Amino acid sequence: MARNSGYTLYDKIWESHTVDTLPTGQTQLFIGLHLVHEVTSPQAFDMLREKGLKIAFPERTFATVDHIVPTDMRSRPLLDEQAEEMMRALENNVRQFDIEYFGLDNERQGIVHVIGPQLGLTQPGMTLACGDSHTSTHGAFGTLAFGIGTTQIRDVLATQTLALDKLKVRKIHVQGNLAEGVFAKDVILSIIRRLGVGGGKGFAYEYGGSVVEKMTMEERMTLCNMSIEGGALVGYVNPDQTTFAFLEGRPFVPKGRNFERAVTYWSSVASDPNARYDDVVEIEGSQIEPTVTWGINPGQAIGVSEALPDPETLADPETAKRAYDHMGWQPGMSVAGISIDVAFIGSCTNSRISDLRAAARVVKGKRVSPGVRALVVPGSAEVKAQAEKEGLDRIFADAGFEWRSAGCSMCLAMNPDRLKDREICASSSNRNFIGRQGSPGGRTILMSPAMVAAAALSGKIVDVREYF
Amino acid sequence: MSGNISKNAGGHVDSRQIKQISGKAIPARGNNIDTDRIIPARYMKEITFSRMGEFPFYDERFDSNGNQKPHPFNDPRYRGASILLVNQNFGCGSSREHAPQALYRFGIHAIIGESFAAIFAGNCVMMGIPTVTVAAGVMEQLMKDVETHPETSLTLNLATKTISNPSGQVALDIPETARKALMEGFWDSTSLLLANSDKVKTALSRLPYMTGFGD
Repeated sequence: MARNSGYTLYDKIWESHTVDTLPTGQTQLFIGLHLVHEVTSPQAFDMLREKGLKIAFPERTFATVDHIVPTDMRSRPLLDEQAEEMMRALENNVRQFDIEYFGLDNERQGIVHVIGPQLGLTQPGMTLACGDSHTSTHGAFGTLAFGIGTTQIRDVLATQTLALDKLKVRKIHVQGNLAEGVFAKDVILSIIRRLGVGGGKGFAYEYGGSVVEKMTMEERMTLCNMSIEGGALVGYVNPDQTTFAFLEGRPFVPKGRNFERAVTYWSSVASDPNARYDDVVEIEGSQIEPTVTWGINPGQAIGVSEALPDPETLADPETAKRAYDHMGWQPGMSVAGISIDVAFIGSCTNSRISDLRAAARVVKGKRVSPGVRALVVPGSAEVKAQAEKEGLDRIFADAGFEWRSAGCSMCLAMNPDRLKDREICASSSNRNFIGRQGSPGGRTILMSPAMVAAAALSGKIVDVREYF
Repeated sequence: MSGNISKNAGGHVDSRQIKQISGKAIPARGNNIDTDRIIPARYMKEITFSRMGEFPFYDERFDSNGNQKPHPFNDPRYRGASILLVNQNFGCGSSREHAPQALYRFGIHAIIGESFAAIFAGNCVMMGIPTVTVAAGVMEQLMKDVETHPETSLTLNLATKTISNPSGQVALDIPETARKALMEGFWDSTSLLLANSDKVKTALSRLPYMTGFGD
């Protein structure tokens, strides 16, 4: 496909990966990389066995364990028998089907959306699938990355393809500059607040503009990670020098002359300057302030200096009323000053080394507020090791944070890390849904890792810029 | 008891073809009902889907002692319903197929809503559960009708793209690809995809990363 012919990255990768148009009218799309974890895959492997099918491309399939792993006591068998059974099922499946596996004691273990990029498995111009909605994270590299369900996992295992409908593309242009103390998390929460949690339905989101161009790869991952929270199945950033520099030298990235060839291919998939979009949205970066959620979905977000909104002024008053019922707050209250019980730094959204550095910068030399339970859960064993090399673990531990091993942890509380009763958690994760963090009455306030750190020290929601 | 899934009438009977679903309906009111509400993550720690039918809306249906709370899924008037009625952006959040599996195993065989989240709707099609949409005003009337006369049967017809009940008929929307997949029995897509293995080889020969960018 010629350059400058009006195509988006989405168009180009879609076309180059199209196998066929199916009788249903759907496209059969080749999937370049399949990432597997323990929670959504066991039934898919069972379906393969029932049908007597093999894995089409085991060498394009990688597995790790993240959702159910304990982040403190990791000796086997795990204390939680159900978790142990799930881990054994995955271990058996990767052995039977000959899949490379980064298990609990492997130095490459970690949250699937942290380790894919870290190992250089995730590359521009590729299609990627994983049985997890936050697969959109990998779009940071200019990858078309699809979160899929278990029956679709079966299809990818059996055929390395998926039956999909083509999406429209919305360009989200974030221009200007971000103020100090404003992070990628604040940008994506602002975007979802503006466009709505269902606003991205039917779209892939292409993020661009000077703010995005200046972002590091880890910031772009945070941005793309929460595309699905805005209803967009796919989110991506066009690959550029920042992308290539990040990838060079990583274990699964080609070396030498092949790396040069890779860069040529990767460059060619970026959207043409004259690409046609189905929709364009402009966001002014300088107007974004540290942002937090106040309700029960990620679109219910406000700047930290704002008061809680009147439901009747919002697009969806019913969901807002339901949010107030659950959170126990009233419109007009200031969000700053709300007391917290738990502080959680972690998840596929914000558990990378730059996230931990930003939080440690706030925490250094200070103490967690009495009564606040605070934990840091690095996104991968490698992030953990790097943080320890930099002494970040000491900064957190000295302040009173628990320093844990890698996993999804309290983002969705499938392991022992969870809220109790009506606890309020300042969380760097991605979902403030009712019951998400393990207690039906638990309350989640989403924010950047630096904001979580500041909340942990203050015992309440504060503007992190007070700590600079 | 569950709804009647009609088979292809006439000579060739293919159990995978889903053209019409009739049954009682059950409303679950509210926009943006996420998959954590449909099935909390702590009930997903199982290696099969077999028990998922016990868990739909668990935290909304039961208190911490396991006692029932008021919820349509606990309401005897809706017992045996096979068609779920929902509002906007139903199934947002996680990709967990445990959510539609929980609903299906509870007895839900079709969902009518104002809109659905993408991954949830995709999972439903893969399982042979039609997710069809109607406008907000139509949904309000359907929900009111069902709340007033829960014993009434609805019929969802994919061939005519209509929903009918004793008080009349309304048009439904469904992506044409999903309608075809369900009606022609292609929703269980593995065999369709497997049949193209030669074309897969052609497609991947265009992709330089498949050879590590080597010669």
